[in-house]
Amino acid sequence: MTAGIEPSRLKWSDTISEALSSITQRPVRTLLTALGTILGVGAFVATNGLAETARAQVSSRFDALKATEVRIQDAAPDDTNPFPGDVGARLERLNGINHAGLYFTIPDNGTLQPRTTPTRSTNPSTTAPVIAAQPGALLAALPTLQVGRLYDQFFEDESVRVAVLGRAAASQLGIARIDNQPAVFIGDNAYTIIGIIDDVERNPDLLLAVIIPTSTATRDLGVAGATYQVLIDTQPGAAALAGRQAPVALRPDLPERLQALVPPDPKRLRNQVSGDITSLFLSLSALALLIGTVAIANATLLNVIERRSEIGLRRALGAKRAHISRQITVEAALVGAGAGAVGASLGIIGIVITSAARGWTATIDPTMVLIAPAIGLATGALAGLVPAIRASHTPPAETLRG
Amino acid sequence: MNPDVGSASDLAIATVVVRVEGLSKVFLGPPEVTALQPCDFQVGTGEFVAITGPSGSGKTTLLSLLGLLDAPTAGRYVLDGLDVAELSDNDRAGVRARRIGFVFQAFHLVGYRTVLENVELGLLYHGTPKRERRQRALEVIDRVGLTGRKNGLCSQLSGGEKQRVAIARTLIRKPALMLCDEPTGNLDTVNSDTILSTLEELHAEGMTVVVITHDQAVAARAQRNLLIRDGVLTEPDSSVP
Repeated sequence: MTAGIEPSRLKWSDTISEALSSITQRPVRTLLTALGTILGVGAFVATNGLAETARAQVSSRFDALKATEVRIQDAAPDDTNPFPGDVGARLERLNGINHAGLYFTIPDNGTLQPRTTPTRSTNPSTTAPVIAAQPGALLAALPTLQVGRLYDQFFEDESVRVAVLGRAAASQLGIARIDNQPAVFIGDNAYTIIGIIDDVERNPDLLLAVIIPTSTATRDLGVAGATYQVLIDTQPGAAALAGRQAPVALRPDLPERLQALVPPDPKRLRNQVSGDITSLFLSLSALALLIGTVAIANATLLNVIERRSEIGLRRALGAKRAHISRQITVEAALVGAGAGAVGASLGIIGIVITSAARGWTATIDPTMVLIAPAIGLATGALAGLVPAIRASHTPPAETLRG
Repeated sequence: MNPDVGSASDLAIATVVVRVEGLSKVFLGPPEVTALQPCDFQVGTGEFVAITGPSGSGKTTLLSLLGLLDAPTAGRYVLDGLDVAELSDNDRAGVRARRIGFVFQAFHLVGYRTVLENVELGLLYHGTPKRERRQRALEVIDRVGLTGRKNGLCSQLSGGEKQRVAIARTLIRKPALMLCDEPTGNLDTVNSDTILSTLEELHAEGMTVVVITHDQAVAARAQRNLLIRDGVLTEPDSSVP
């Protein structure tokens, strides 16, 4: 600054006041200027909110289904049963395990022939398979009964000759009701049918089979060569832990004999899916914001061109270039902030409507809502930069002629 | 070099507000255009000077240089005791803010704002507190007889009222030099007379006024006339040819 010359001064409060005055006294133009940012921020909030909602949705699905199933199998099959007799009792004491039990398909060399009459069929090839399952294994398959009941530990302990039929097996045997105490003949023994399973969420082969207690099967039928497996139903999030603990609980003497099949870690899978969704939505949001920025930049540039005379006047009244660029930037930033607030509101409405339509629970990150005006402000300020620089270079002598 | 126009010794005044020596302006183009030939003149404190000339003679270029809206190509310009010819853009803005007032042919008011707000704009770049701006604006609005319209939008005023607002916007700054570019160019005879009377009153109160005009009737109301033609400035009444 040259000595003797008092600098031109513009207070920040005056800058904001001038900017607000300019914005509010031309509401239609301001709205048009803000439109791009309203849409951009609205899309940003909506897409992030929907991503958050979808993420929560994905989590609940993962937690509710596959993430709760563990299977234990023989790591070194040698035609012997590697599991103890009290699989259910041992495993159900562990944290996070709901039901567990041993099951295996009885090897059939043609002698079993499940049937409803003592006499054997002349066409044994169509017979249903026989599966031996402990009560815990049946429960872990999450069955829905069509009629009757499942057998419990008492039947297992006492090796009672009872059977539960899968829906397809019942249909094949021609059994639709059990109130007349029907029996199924397996080999030379009769087993009282106490229930028919309509559906299962796991082990769908149970629907095709005649299911009997394992102790009964071991006593009555030849089980040599069977493939033994334990099915475990866990609480959400406990599958990995159950997979680690079960082999030790079942065979503390030789845990490596058993192999646990644990579903993919739901957290990792969930995060992966969430990450994919978030990246997609963030890309869309960034694109929307970019469009908003370009729109506000374009509108501000037109505004500056239209206000050349006013800008020239301000320069004649003593405004420095920096004062002009500051005012234009602040105007654009304030428009952006307002647009951000409006856009956030519209975005939230969009999330709620979409979630309601899909039956989801709307999940909105409050931080995202709170920073939306700040995003709008930053977008506006960024968009205002080029017009502001251009405005500050408006030659006053030219614009004030005539 | 042009002859000196109105040297300090010729002026029966105590101080000089404008002293110009060899001031010129060339627009580089292409084509290169010499809008103002090197000129020398002075304007004393409290003088009412009219600079007349036909369209394209260089009047507006001279006003832009005197008003520090543009930088000269060469020469010296001392305004109110400050050598301002080679100031930076920011320094020129500072001098404009505090020492120069403008009245334009096209008024250059902010149409969507009130009379009061437009007049207050005159002090915006002084850093003057809002309350003081408002107080001084009310005073000068009263001075130009627009108190009754102070809250009206400028876009709804007549041409004469608009120009009075522009004068008030200048008065609020208490400038050392008041530059008027065709101040009656867009006004009818009655309003022109009102504006010229106002300028005469301001001159009588000691304001230094320089009016650029092509209207001889306006020039006739001034205390002293300068003539510009083809970029060459002369003083018709001067004894120097």
